[in-house]
Amino acid sequence: MGPLVVNEVISENTNLLLAFFIGIAFGFVLEQGGFSSSRKLAGVFYGYDTVVLKVFFTGAITAMLGLLFFSLFGWVDLSLVYVNETFLWSTLVGGVIMGAGFIMGGYCPGTSFCGAAIGKIDAYIFIIGLFIGVFIFGEAYNLLEPLYMAEFWGSPRISEYFGISEGVTVLVVILAAVAMFWGAEWAEKLFPRDEY
Amino acid sequence: MNPYLAGVLLGLVVVAANFVSGRGLGASGAVKSAIVAGVETIAPKHADASPFYHKYSEAHQGKPLNNWLVYQMLGVVVGGFFSGVISRRLTWKVEHNPGIKSKTRLIFALAGGILFGLGSQLGRGCTSGSALSGMAVLSLGGFLSMAAIFGTAFMLAYFFRKLWI
Repeated sequence: MGPLVVNEVISENTNLLLAFFIGIAFGFVLEQGGFSSSRKLAGVFYGYDTVVLKVFFTGAITAMLGLLFFSLFGWVDLSLVYVNETFLWSTLVGGVIMGAGFIMGGYCPGTSFCGAAIGKIDAYIFIIGLFIGVFIFGEAYNLLEPLYMAEFWGSPRISEYFGISEGVTVLVVILAAVAMFWGAEWAEKLFPRDEY
Repeated sequence: MNPYLAGVLLGLVVVAANFVSGRGLGASGAVKSAIVAGVETIAPKHADASPFYHKYSEAHQGKPLNNWLVYQMLGVVVGGFFSGVISRRLTWKVEHNPGIKSKTRLIFALAGGILFGLGSQLGRGCTSGSALSGMAVLSLGGFLSMAAIFGTAFMLAYFFRKLWI
């Protein structure tokens, strides 16, 4: 049955309309989770507020498990679902640059739009920065292309990479997430902050 | 909202995106769409000369804004606003640690945004598109992206502590 648009159950235009509704759900959940606040987001890096870690990893393991169950029930053909490509160096260097942007800016792209939606002026400035950053990449593309294209590994799943089943992989990630949740609850008690 | 509940709902949104469209969520991709459309409109010859712009535009039949992530991000703004309304959080403000000036916060917000924009293009997606959605489909790249983003932010946290604590 799924993915609906790939299997032509719905048209391309319906797909775009559903993107809007999926976006509404995404924005609503992010804002309800507290992701419209930069001080809350940055809190995870100092231990005073670990909501990012909790929401992010609960989201990731729910999505992993959900897709595995959907596949098991025959609701979605995982071979038709896009798996992000792995270009080793650009992924790592890009991630390091994004990490620096995160701790300085207090937002990531999705959360900045969420913060802007409820009136955070720092989020608007962050978004202006995003546009400048993407434009810089576009203009510097020829210079960055060797790094951008280096060490292309295809689209391996982490389960394939380590040669273990998808179920066991997800179980390991869930156990790691539970350990992090335990650590996060402990850190919040250790580094309390007043409400902001 | 309880963060674990919010996380479960977030995960279900990712599942819904994959079920409907065979792809995950994203945010920086919509910014890229806007930049490509802008450069094409203002400087079409320049856009044609750079593979970054024209490859993307070709992949979208010459309409870079008619893109899944653009519609999804419009939804994010609507959904975020709606959530702010019902939780009574709509207010214009610069949020920062009382120990620093608003201006300092805004300068770092701009710098952080520039870095995040640049890094998201190099890394082929941001926290939503590469890390969260990549991990959801068990992509090795998604896990590496998550580790690099959060790992770096943790390592640099000490140097930027005045901004936040």
